[in-house]
Amino acid sequence: MDALSVEPDEVTETATLFNDLGAESIDFLDIIFRLEKAFGVKISQDELTQNDIITNPAYQENRKLNAAGLKALKERIRDGDWATFEKDPSIDKIQSVFTVGTIVNFIEQKLAAK
Amino acid sequence: MRWIWFDRFEEFESGTRAVAVKNVTLAEDHLHDHFPGFPVMPASLLIEGMAQTAGILVGEARRFREKVILAKVQRAVFHELVRPGQQVRFEARIEQLHQAGAVTRGTIHCGTTLVGEVDLVFSHIDQNLGGREFPEENFVFTEEFLALLTTYRQRGTERIRL
Repeated sequence: MDALSVEPDEVTETATLFNDLGAESIDFLDIIFRLEKAFGVKISQDELTQNDIITNPAYQENRKLNAAGLKALKERIRDGDWATFEKDPSIDKIQSVFTVGTIVNFIEQKLAAK
Repeated sequence: MRWIWFDRFEEFESGTRAVAVKNVTLAEDHLHDHFPGFPVMPASLLIEGMAQTAGILVGEARRFREKVILAKVQRAVFHELVRPGQQVRFEARIEQLHQAGAVTRGTIHCGTTLVGEVDLVFSHIDQNLGGREFPEENFVFTEEFLALLTTYRQRGTERIRL
């Protein structure tokens, strides 16, 4: 909430960080720092943004994800909002997929692995 | 005018905290416009002074291998005005340091008066933005900035002969 200056009732599980809550790419870094502090876990940005997939040459053409890349990403990111990204799977726009639920799932997995 | 918003480091504990001071003077042109007849150091430049103090602290923590860019002002609260003739003291602490960046907490004092509180997020830009590439050379930490640290380290151990 503080990172994006939004009201508590706006933060629903299906709200997308970018379109609904107005996040910018740099807010991800802020969110990561706040989550680490709140939950006592270590998070790398690469892990959250699935850097291993989006930088894998086999999964992309002209900085857009191909079908295989999209499939790999969908298996990894839960509760994502795919409608916009599927129309234009540019790697620079991957963060549009993230919802509040995606972050919650991610943290649950991190805490379970702890 | 040079874009350096503090005059010298007073304290520097690698990876932990730094204190820098700036003397505010009417020789600074902008104070005559901000505001005519009522010169006040702009809050935005107080944030910049903190960003430079904290940014060098964060950069030095990784031996200036990273390009440290101010990503976000998490919080900036100001309690008092800063006027010419006053000395501003920026104290920055690293709260979190990470492969991708850092969070710092900072206070700004004039004498014993708390003037402002500024918390910042820095990005190590080579580690972010999905593998986008930036120039090899570290354009953030120019010699002008590093000289501030060199001067601090030399003070008391080496005197410059006039």
